[in-house]
Amino acid sequence: MTTDPRPLRPGRPKPWNDPRVRSVVFQILAIAGVAWVGYTLFHNTVSNMESRGISTGFGFLNETAGFGIIMSLIPYNETMSYGQTFLVGLMNTLLVSGLGILLATIVGFVVGIARLSSNWLVAKVALAYIEVFRNIPLLLQIFFWYFAVLGALPGPRQAVNVGDIAFMSNRGIVLPKPVFEPGAWVMGTGLVIALATIVVLAIWARRRQAATGRIFPVLPIAVVLIPGLPLLGYLLTGGPVSWDVPSLGGFNFRGGITAIPELGALLLALTLYTASFIAEIVRSGIVSVDKGQTEAALALGLPARRVLRLVVIPQALRVIIPPLTSQYLNLTKNSSLAVAIGYPDLVNVFMGTTLNQTGQAVEIVAMTMAVYLTISLAISVLMNLYNRAVALKER
Amino acid sequence: MKKTMIMFGLAATGLLALGAQAQASTLEDVRDAGQLRCGVSNGLPGFSQPDSDGNWTGLDVDTCRAVAAAVLGDANAVEFIPLTAAERFTALQSGEIDVLSRNTTWTTTRDASLGLNFTGTNYYDGQGFLVKEALGVDSAYDLDGAAVCTQAGTTTELNLADFFRANDMEYEAVVFDTSEASAQGFDNNRCDILTSDTSQLAALRTQLSDPDSAVILPEVISKEPLGPVVRQGDDEWFNVVKWVLFGQINAEEYGVDSTNVDEMVDSNNPNVERILGADGNMGEILGLNDDFMVEVISEIGNYGEMFDRNVGPDTPIGLSRGVNALWTDGGILYAPPFR
Repeated sequence: MTTDPRPLRPGRPKPWNDPRVRSVVFQILAIAGVAWVGYTLFHNTVSNMESRGISTGFGFLNETAGFGIIMSLIPYNETMSYGQTFLVGLMNTLLVSGLGILLATIVGFVVGIARLSSNWLVAKVALAYIEVFRNIPLLLQIFFWYFAVLGALPGPRQAVNVGDIAFMSNRGIVLPKPVFEPGAWVMGTGLVIALATIVVLAIWARRRQAATGRIFPVLPIAVVLIPGLPLLGYLLTGGPVSWDVPSLGGFNFRGGITAIPELGALLLALTLYTASFIAEIVRSGIVSVDKGQTEAALALGLPARRVLRLVVIPQALRVIIPPLTSQYLNLTKNSSLAVAIGYPDLVNVFMGTTLNQTGQAVEIVAMTMAVYLTISLAISVLMNLYNRAVALKER
Repeated sequence: MKKTMIMFGLAATGLLALGAQAQASTLEDVRDAGQLRCGVSNGLPGFSQPDSDGNWTGLDVDTCRAVAAAVLGDANAVEFIPLTAAERFTALQSGEIDVLSRNTTWTTTRDASLGLNFTGTNYYDGQGFLVKEALGVDSAYDLDGAAVCTQAGTTTELNLADFFRANDMEYEAVVFDTSEASAQGFDNNRCDILTSDTSQLAALRTQLSDPDSAVILPEVISKEPLGPVVRQGDDEWFNVVKWVLFGQINAEEYGVDSTNVDEMVDSNNPNVERILGADGNMGEILGLNDDFMVEVISEIGNYGEMFDRNVGPDTPIGLSRGVNALWTDGGILYAPPFR
């Protein structure tokens, strides 16, 4: 009996039986299939639109828009292009989403903590707020604030007058506008220096506290320094800022800065609606922190306020952040309900008016979808980064 | 696995074939479906508005019903699809509706770049301004600095900007997505002025909480010929929709109306005979029955009847014929002859 000197090895299977080869082939086929479907859909759309005499392409972005927009953060008038209307709408969407996220977070945290208060009245008021605002459709809330609350304000001629410089009417809130004259850069520099000083101070104070345990009062210094330095600059340069005070002329107020009621109604509705969800998320986060943590911190002699700030909330954040992210995304997407009350956001200005004037639905809808997708992904990325920073570090 | 892939491929091919289907004849499609799909405004008194039973009435609605009467012999064989200004062209382009009759202004851009054809004008309109009487304004040239409510996606927005710029005046445009919302904004005093086509202003005025508190200014700042629209590239259907309206205008000119149409068939006026199909083959060459106009006139009436019933002086809208009178009466309605 002879033995084979070669070690026993499984022979290479035929390629069509090799699971690795098969999986790669199928994946390539699947990708090719998806790409083919995508290409054909695109090609079909373009050729069908051409055969029906519908204009295509992005050339319209350079054409003159010819319509007015009530509110713009960047320079805009009727003689500018459709491309500019896109930017105006985008900025307005970012403004209302950004402010909405900021305010909803603050209100949500306050209400969420109040919901757990040992004070019966505070806890019940927070509960009532959450249940009311969470269970009424957002669109109804927007209409409520717009037509019932802000619409009930008096007209511009009977406006609520605050010391002859600010006015509140159903056309919005009009405030004096600062006009910066030459020399105002000194104030700007003062602000930058103040901010930089506070940041450096905060880092130093943190290190010192870690090393010695002594606390340095950064906050009071910041409160004095941040308005103080620009004010010093203002006084030194002899007041390089004048105020454009609004006054009633003709139909409306002229001059000043106007915050339109559409922005106010949308912001109120988005903030209060989303905050009610955030409050519940915050409450669930706090409840998820073991009671022993609080008891241990209290046993160490920490005051209740610091127990919350230093022990409970940092641990609660791990539970809070992921669902909070989706609330931020919801708020941003919900801001497109602006169209119902005429706030000039991206959907109203670009997908409404611009689409209608040009008729280029496919391009404009695609651009608008791309914008919302980009904003949402950006929020997700930022929140995931933050989540990684506060997540439990496993060693 | 392979089976799944093949199924997927088949499904995808089917989907694409559907997207790429050849352009069918709208006339045949309407006959096969047994009803006309008509895009109308989502509520504009006098032009298109559903009543509490869901029956649509209005000038734009009757324009569609006339087409249904001509093609299907039944003025009620219409499915009305309410559309906002922003949705209307896409709905027509995508084939969701067969004809768009939604107080739509005929402009170069819309005619040339949207793949659409305007078949004619069922109402000659112009843009005007509605203001609160209390403001004491009696001319559009005194509107500097006013806040203006208007509807998104209309020629109105552009005319407004042109008018104020040309006259070196400032304005603040508050843009809503439906005409009711813009009227509500005006009613709530969000704006000093409501601007739209004057016929619409007359209609929206009736919906204000106090209609008598608002007046329409005398200035008309634009030309707004409103009419039905069809898809480009289907000339047969284009002709049908076009000639039904021409037929109604011609009928009024020759004194044919819903009360006398049965006697008029025996008229010895050759013009009337050709319109009503007693002579010639006008219906046949359009792809319809020769007596299609008899059906239209007996069910809907001629243009004048359609006008008076929906927006005329005896209705709450109370519009006079004005330029929409026949050319023989000093207006500009002038339909090509049936010959």
